[in-house]
Amino acid sequence: MVRSDQIRKLLSKAAGIAVLLAGGLLAASLCFGAPVDPSPLPSIFDPRSTPSKWIYDLSHFVLLITGLIFAVVFSLLTYVVVKYRRRQGDNGREPAQVYGSTQIELAWTVIPILVVVVLFLVTARAIHSIQDAPKPATAVEVVAIGHQFWWEFRYPQLGVVTANELHIPVSEAAHPTPAFLTLLSADTDHSFWVPQLAGKTDLIPNHVNHMWLDPNQTGIFLGQCAQYCGTQHAKMLLRVYVDTPEDFASWIRGQQQPAVLDANVTAGRRVFETTACINCHAVGGTVADGRFGPDLTHLMSRQTIASGAAENTKANLRLWMQRPDAIKPGSLMPAMQLSNADLDALVDYLETLR
Amino acid sequence: MSSDAMAIPSAKAEARPWVEVVHEWVTTVDHKRLGILYIVYALIFLVVGGIEATIIRIQLIRPHNDLVSPQVFNRMFTMHGTTMIFFVAMPVLFGFANYLVPLMIGARDMAFPRLNAFSFWLTALGGLLLYFSFLGGNGLYGAGNAPDVGWWAYAPLTAKAFSPGPSSDYWTIALLVSGFVSIGTAINLIATIICLRCPGMTLNRMPLLAWLNLVMSGMVLIAITPLSAAQIMLLVDRYLGGHFFDTLAGGSATIWMHFFWIFGHPEVYVLIIPCFAFMSEIIPVFSRKPIFGYPVMVGATVCIAFVSLSVWAHHMFTIGMNSYANSFFTITTMAVGVPTGIKIFNWLGTMWGGSIQFKTPMLFAIGFLFQFLIAGLTGIMLASAPFDWQLSLSYFVVAHFHYVIVGGILFALFAAFYYWYPKITGRMLSERLGKLHFWLFLIGFHLTFDVMHFAGILGMPRRIYTYEPRPGWGTLNLIVTIGAFIQGVAILVFVANLVYSYFKGPKAGDDPWDAWTLEWSVSSPPPAYNFASIPAVSSRRPLWDLKHPEDPDSRYE
Amino acid sequence: MSAVTSPFTERPLEWKLPYRGRVGMASLIVAESAIFTIFVVAYLFYLGKSVTGPTPREVLETPIFFTICLLSSSLTIHLAGKELENGHRKTFLILWTITIALGALFLFGTALEWRRLIYEHGLTISTNLFGTTYYSLVGLHATHVTAGLVMLTVVLLFGLAGRIGVDQAARIATLSMYWHFVDAVWVVVFTVVYLVGR
Repeated sequence: MVRSDQIRKLLSKAAGIAVLLAGGLLAASLCFGAPVDPSPLPSIFDPRSTPSKWIYDLSHFVLLITGLIFAVVFSLLTYVVVKYRRRQGDNGREPAQVYGSTQIELAWTVIPILVVVVLFLVTARAIHSIQDAPKPATAVEVVAIGHQFWWEFRYPQLGVVTANELHIPVSEAAHPTPAFLTLLSADTDHSFWVPQLAGKTDLIPNHVNHMWLDPNQTGIFLGQCAQYCGTQHAKMLLRVYVDTPEDFASWIRGQQQPAVLDANVTAGRRVFETTACINCHAVGGTVADGRFGPDLTHLMSRQTIASGAAENTKANLRLWMQRPDAIKPGSLMPAMQLSNADLDALVDYLETLR
Repeated sequence: MSSDAMAIPSAKAEARPWVEVVHEWVTTVDHKRLGILYIVYALIFLVVGGIEATIIRIQLIRPHNDLVSPQVFNRMFTMHGTTMIFFVAMPVLFGFANYLVPLMIGARDMAFPRLNAFSFWLTALGGLLLYFSFLGGNGLYGAGNAPDVGWWAYAPLTAKAFSPGPSSDYWTIALLVSGFVSIGTAINLIATIICLRCPGMTLNRMPLLAWLNLVMSGMVLIAITPLSAAQIMLLVDRYLGGHFFDTLAGGSATIWMHFFWIFGHPEVYVLIIPCFAFMSEIIPVFSRKPIFGYPVMVGATVCIAFVSLSVWAHHMFTIGMNSYANSFFTITTMAVGVPTGIKIFNWLGTMWGGSIQFKTPMLFAIGFLFQFLIAGLTGIMLASAPFDWQLSLSYFVVAHFHYVIVGGILFALFAAFYYWYPKITGRMLSERLGKLHFWLFLIGFHLTFDVMHFAGILGMPRRIYTYEPRPGWGTLNLIVTIGAFIQGVAILVFVANLVYSYFKGPKAGDDPWDAWTLEWSVSSPPPAYNFASIPAVSSRRPLWDLKHPEDPDSRYE
Repeated sequence: MSAVTSPFTERPLEWKLPYRGRVGMASLIVAESAIFTIFVVAYLFYLGKSVTGPTPREVLETPIFFTICLLSSSLTIHLAGKELENGHRKTFLILWTITIALGALFLFGTALEWRRLIYEHGLTISTNLFGTTYYSLVGLHATHVTAGLVMLTVVLLFGLAGRIGVDQAARIATLSMYWHFVDAVWVVVFTVVYLVGR
């Protein structure tokens, strides 16, 4: 009975390891088989920017050390469990009663201390390089303000205000143009996390944080808020568009224009400007200058609405204004209780805000 | 008339009116009965917390699932965490400490029996108050007014502005009440261990379970109180117009985090240290050798207690502390792994050269060693601040701490249940059901929590009621949920074993495991007065000395 | 192994462990110190951070007289304990009563100060960060003084009924530990609020 117990124990350990390996291979294949562009899988092991790359490199060292420790201790455990199991002839006899051994205990104290010292020194270097990296003059400065449940992005030196979709230029080694973000919050705590580009940093009210990204490839990188901030924390999604320098410049130029004034949609514009919309939203160059909700001046330059919760289509825009709970239940956008005619006019107006 | 703590039902016993039995239990100050009350209370809440976890897991089984609304989901994960820490883990560990410590040190009861009873009943009240929150508000199916701010209740989410209803007040007051009385239990344990040891039991000869509960109680005194202080501050903010965490008035959101984690990190050591104690009693008995390196085991635990007071901000690596602060907390967090690792080596050293019996308690102990090793290593990964900047607030962390709490603490608790149930009830738990419980739970645990690490690596943050269809997230979450169901079945097997064996289990006798500490020298269950006359001891294993008079421990100490 | 007589031999000749009341009270004091530490940390952290309203320098007046009252009560309670140990019940009761009076005076002083702050300077717990942290810290201490006074009064009533004798000396000493702790906390609070904080 003891032997079959023992064998079952080992088999189950082996099964556990097999599950671990299978899961690991599955996950690994997902991590490393990621497509080039777009990038739908925000894996921390798929770095496309210097901070995330440095973390990735550090993680190799950490995983090596922890892997070695695991191998040693697990082998010891397996050995002990097999070799010193009670055997048939043992009945009644107690093994030698050993109370301890100073040398052995000293050894397994000193070695871990050394391991910790080495691990710490390597880590401290990484902390310092990432956190204390100097800001070059060519950096793009962005102020990110967290709201419940959307992201506000301002480019103070360029006079641009936008929401939810961050555009930054790709940063080439010869002429680096990293994006340096200042992180603020308008209400509760949030966290900016785009795994492929950098480790996360929190946005905390009355507390200024900084982080930087310097993506080395163009593409769209996904992330989301990582610090629980209320009901719709789950759908406070992030899209970072890494553009070529030319595309970035033309995007900036587009964002710097005042709102398009299309004469065909004055009906919708009137609805917008005479209902509560202007309390929360801003449209550059018009009477609407609310700050509680996203700036809509160039709404149609974005691919998604509701901080990534839905695609920016006519139908979704209409649904969002009519019944926001259908897309993002618990978001702070109120159902506007508009008539169908008003809603249609409004959507037509919003669709002109390119 | 003194009655046994947990009498075995027998045909000859007089039928006593049930009100009399209930009255006895409600007014008891006997540490054994209070211990049982704590444990049963915790088991009930374990099932409740498990149901909350199941709802979470079903909601997350596929992307964009709609089993529950985001409001309900947010209440579920808040209640799951709060329940498991404060109304399962702490009560069950206090319950075992209450039951075992006086018996193991040769005392008749705890130092302050009425304080003991008071502590239990107020803890129970705290739990009921927390769950009372499910009534009112949106009604039961909307999960009422249950707290939905996460079990850390970060400011300013808990401010009146962002949590206008009473949900966070339920969290605050229930935990204030149960926090205060857990200090009462700690005071009781310290006074008992220091003042009521039987003659001859110097601190150097005390069972490790007593030592570790002493250390744990000392930590409770200085770890729980910061949370109580912060909660008082929160109530001042919410009801007296205070500004402790009011960022518009210059207050700080981060100071809540500091206060909470100054409690929160030592708290997890408060939970694991009694489990180390269980391992240090169980592993020697089933290896048939004394614990390897008793003095170092004590020293390492004291070391852990002190160092763990300096690591709290490793929960806050992402809040924007400067590089020196981040480095400091990295080194202290890695440092606390050293004495912890030493303990694992000492347990292995105990098993080395032994004659290991694979009874159910030992199976769970070996599972503990394996899983606690892995949990410690993922902890080292998280201790490295830059790595933590990616892993923090993701499912990797959720996997890590569940590895410690379920794979470590719960496994150790199962071992303790199978080991001491015979002493408490006088009957053995079924070995067959025990082994079934073990294997089922092991498989379910690894399916869930091994796979969960990868969801975090692939970028899935925590506390989200739904997720986008990113490649792999759905599959991983599905496997995690399946594992959860298997664990649920295993728990049902366990509960069935507990109930069935109480009535039909084989009689245990005084010392079914051939063990060496004082609790095995009295009947199972022990009489109300514990010992007919207070014993005197001359070594760490008094029963070994009795059974082996030719080779007693007292010769070597 | 469950023999009626103890199977264990060799009782040590001397086996005296500390008094459990003392150990219990010491543990309580450790826990309470941790709570006060957090409030003191919050007070210090928020010094100078108030966005509006009166500053400590503008409104605080050092309560020297009432501090002397409270600290003297530590002396009187200590003397009371000594007298009780020597069996001098009457002297014990007199000193005990003086202790209560001094403690009550201190509370009265706090009440006067708060009245002045609220009505003359408009400083309440919700005025600004200073108001919040000041009233919380001093209020927490005052609550502990009140709880202590209640316990001391209970003892006084038992004493007047003739039930406190030499046999209760250890318990009285335990209660005195609490009172000394409350005074020690005041030393810290006084230093932080009226000396450092201004």
